[in-house]
Amino acid sequence: MEKVLEVKDLRISFDTFAGKVNAIRGVSFELFKGETLAIVGESGSGKSVTTRSIMRLLSSNATIDSGEILFKGQDIVRKTEKQMQTIRGKEIAMIFQDPMTSLDPTMPIGKQVAESLIKHNKVSKQEGLTQALELLKLVGIPNAEKRLKNYPHQFSGGQRQRIVIAIALICYPEVLIADEPTTALDVTIQAQILELLKDLQEKISTSIIFITHDLGVVANVADRVAVMYGGRLVEVGTAEEIFYNPQHPYTWGLLGSMPTMEGTEDKLYAIPGSPPDLLDPPKGDAFYPRNEYALKIDAEQEPPYFEVSPTHKAATWLLAPQAPKVTPPAEIVRRWAIYEQRYKKTGGAN
Amino acid sequence: METISSKNLPQDIQNIPADAFQPLNTSTLEERERIAAPSLSFLQDSWRRLKKNKAAVVSMAFLAVIIFISIITIWVSPHNPTQQNVSYINLPPRIPGLDSVNGLNGKTMVAGQLVDKYAQANVPDNVNFYLGTDGLGRDVLSRLFMGTRISLLIAFIAAILDITIGVTYGLISGLFGGRIDTVMQRILEILSGIPNLVIMILMLTIFDPGILSIVLAMVITNWISMARIVRAQTLKLKDQEFVLAAQTLGESRLKIALKHILPNISSVIIVQMMFSIPSAIFFEAFLSFIGLGLRPPTASLGTLLNEGYKTFRFLPYLMWVPAATLSVVMICFNLLADGLRDAFDPKMKE
Amino acid sequence: MEAKKKVLLEVKGLKQYFNVGRKDEVKAVDDISFHIYEGETFGLVGESGSGKSTTGRSVIRLYDPTAGEIIFDGKDISKIRAKKDLQEFRREVQMIFQDPYASLNPRMKVNDIIAEGIDINKLANDEAQRTAKVNELLQVVGLDPSHGTRYPHEFSGGQRQRIGIARALAVDPRFIICDEPISALDVSIQAQVVNLLQDLQKNVGLTYLFIAHDLSMVKHISDRIGVMHSGKLLEMGSSEDVYSFGVHPYTESLLSAIPLPDPEYERNRKRIIYQAPAADNKERKLREITPEHYVYCSEDEVMIYRQKIEAKKAAAQESL
Repeated sequence: MEKVLEVKDLRISFDTFAGKVNAIRGVSFELFKGETLAIVGESGSGKSVTTRSIMRLLSSNATIDSGEILFKGQDIVRKTEKQMQTIRGKEIAMIFQDPMTSLDPTMPIGKQVAESLIKHNKVSKQEGLTQALELLKLVGIPNAEKRLKNYPHQFSGGQRQRIVIAIALICYPEVLIADEPTTALDVTIQAQILELLKDLQEKISTSIIFITHDLGVVANVADRVAVMYGGRLVEVGTAEEIFYNPQHPYTWGLLGSMPTMEGTEDKLYAIPGSPPDLLDPPKGDAFYPRNEYALKIDAEQEPPYFEVSPTHKAATWLLAPQAPKVTPPAEIVRRWAIYEQRYKKTGGAN
Repeated sequence: METISSKNLPQDIQNIPADAFQPLNTSTLEERERIAAPSLSFLQDSWRRLKKNKAAVVSMAFLAVIIFISIITIWVSPHNPTQQNVSYINLPPRIPGLDSVNGLNGKTMVAGQLVDKYAQANVPDNVNFYLGTDGLGRDVLSRLFMGTRISLLIAFIAAILDITIGVTYGLISGLFGGRIDTVMQRILEILSGIPNLVIMILMLTIFDPGILSIVLAMVITNWISMARIVRAQTLKLKDQEFVLAAQTLGESRLKIALKHILPNISSVIIVQMMFSIPSAIFFEAFLSFIGLGLRPPTASLGTLLNEGYKTFRFLPYLMWVPAATLSVVMICFNLLADGLRDAFDPKMKE
Repeated sequence: MEAKKKVLLEVKGLKQYFNVGRKDEVKAVDDISFHIYEGETFGLVGESGSGKSTTGRSVIRLYDPTAGEIIFDGKDISKIRAKKDLQEFRREVQMIFQDPYASLNPRMKVNDIIAEGIDINKLANDEAQRTAKVNELLQVVGLDPSHGTRYPHEFSGGQRQRIGIARALAVDPRFIICDEPISALDVSIQAQVVNLLQDLQKNVGLTYLFIAHDLSMVKHISDRIGVMHSGKLLEMGSSEDVYSFGVHPYTESLLSAIPLPDPEYERNRKRIIYQAPAADNKERKLREITPEHYVYCSEDEVMIYRQKIEAKKAAAQESL
């Protein structure tokens, strides 16, 4: 499959009054053409920092210490601001969580949608508005012709997010980064927006990096999933592999802490403690203080990635041959059984 | 990072002793809930930020020196600021040790020739007027100290009234809301519609010109902007969840105003107060300059300007000196207020 | 099924309107009735604008109800105004808020935040007793007493939410209204807080009104559920009844929109879109369709819904 974006061993730190915070500690992943890669993580995991670094939109006290971000054969880390401006919005686009603040309240939406096209593709204002109209229809804004001159406050939250999507996609970017685009929306609106994104992905053939903390949403949109914790990717695989054959205790914790459909469990499996303080990260595996399956070596040495399948890897010492066999939480055992049944037999993911 | 497959285990991984793969007793609650950064209250945090602002720090230093001198000179002054001495009128500055600098050695140009005015006036050698004397033989420097002291005094009184009346008014208006708020705001609008000068003149017909009349005029008008700002902030905070929580606990309205609202708007109040001081200083200076404020022999920066401008053509320093002092004081307060506003702004937090 | 339980809270015909009579009048809560048994968790579910948060705030008397009765432990508290009566009520009923970043006063130390209720109600005789109570509460919610001298901004979202819980517990309430307490938290932290709430309920004997929009989590923690939309209660019953056999079209659309962490399920999920029914002159209210399962409908629709429920139960039996 053709690679659209590749991040290699990215390391980013922030300069704060209390010291240097190592927010991203060696992140590597690839994005293939036409796929949706979900990056799952909680607050402080570094998922937003990672994607902002792809857009080179980090705050002034952040430094990319090392690593590469390869896009179309060139390293984004080395590009100048001027060069980045020709990429942002045109080849790599981004949509954010809060539709209220993503739109300019003083500009009519038609103009906002057209702006990107006019600037990047140098079309006339009229042509820009025509295309904007097409895109607004595509994202499902009713009566789009009449509403070109409306302002953001005249639309509902869900409609505003659609407009944001229209702005992002008008230049038909290769990569769309969606940073928690549905977190602030009602569940029924969220379902609509997710359907819209999948629909548009096909029409515009863009590859999507989808950031979220909601595993339900991940199951809905993702082809591949990367689980992030403490500034590193702890497990990467296809959706089936991550949901039905998870190997990292943190992934177990995430899956176990959600109520199941059957709802038979009495208590949810809760990962104790809070996300690590990256000002003073623990030695070894950042997850070990909260990991009930931690081994002595987790406190000494950071685990490397162990291969589970050609498409699935996890950074946990539990996968080393010398590691003892552990029994994961009941919910995970249930999922492993499904995996055994459905996927092992057919010799690979569907 | 390289992915390790069980088929080609690197040597260093193979060599890890089996002991390292024993389960680790995960740490206690303390380790998990550990907070690494030092505890900083809001004020300490703001102070740290303020120190980074060079302009604000310099201004603070300047103001500290000026205020210190103003207070000390109540008791210790180079000369008596109100004592007139007809034989010493209009002497140029003489600073011992700077005999070669024309302008600071007691000599001025009279009809093209350098004349030692001090010798002319038979001034003893050990008597020096660092900034010269004015038309009545009074020491300019001493009068400057007195003038600055009185101007600052008036400004501080104005600031305190600003706070007391303005904050209370704004809090009550904002907290009670509804009809009380509407009535209070209408009153404010009426008050702000009356020009300050008109009120000043009214004061003059009732009271003798002096500190009392200026202060009273300020009482009636200057607190209005503080009241408006406090009301706006109160309205914003009123709906915050921590205020609602206090209500559900049964906290009285007064306590809510003092414990919850006031501390959280204190930064706005301090900044507003800092900005109102220079305008109060200027208001007094202006009034005294046009003769509606303090009267001689009381010195304030405004009266000094008034006296100085009359002989500006011949003795420019009589006006430059108070003008420069006034400007420096106002600039310093403005820079400090600017710096405080940035330091208090929570958006600067990491 | 347990023996007939005591009703701790009964809400009858509650209306909460804002800007009454003006052009921008909002009928946030429009005539709802429900009851909560002592010791249970009642989940109130709905999307934004449904009126669920307003309901919670009306019950705790942050607002004065426009109409209706709120009967807590036998007393109608909807109209009481006397400070003493209100204060008594405020010791029995407390609230946990949604936003961990806005629900704690940023300028107060954690100790003082938690002790506020103790101070108001004079529950401690001296400083030592106050500190002891605060430390005990900190430990109950899983925090360390050393955290008491710190400020809210130093804590994570989950820790702040636990401080909020400690604050509510400080006055020894019987009933806690949880207004979207986990919506702003990370997934693993949500589980911590939910487990904590359940433990507290068992150990201290609390009754909860749990307001949320996440139906899966609500189903997990609640004994009974009410579904709200546009100020009205559309369906009410046991969590099993509502979640597995919900029959009101809005409930069905809500259930069909929830994404679950299961790619197979997600691939096959068909979303049901809710269309608000055309206005007709039939009188609609919450009617009991099957025992303890209520649906908002008109007289003639009762039969239809009963058949629908029975069909769903039969289908569930078959697939077992």
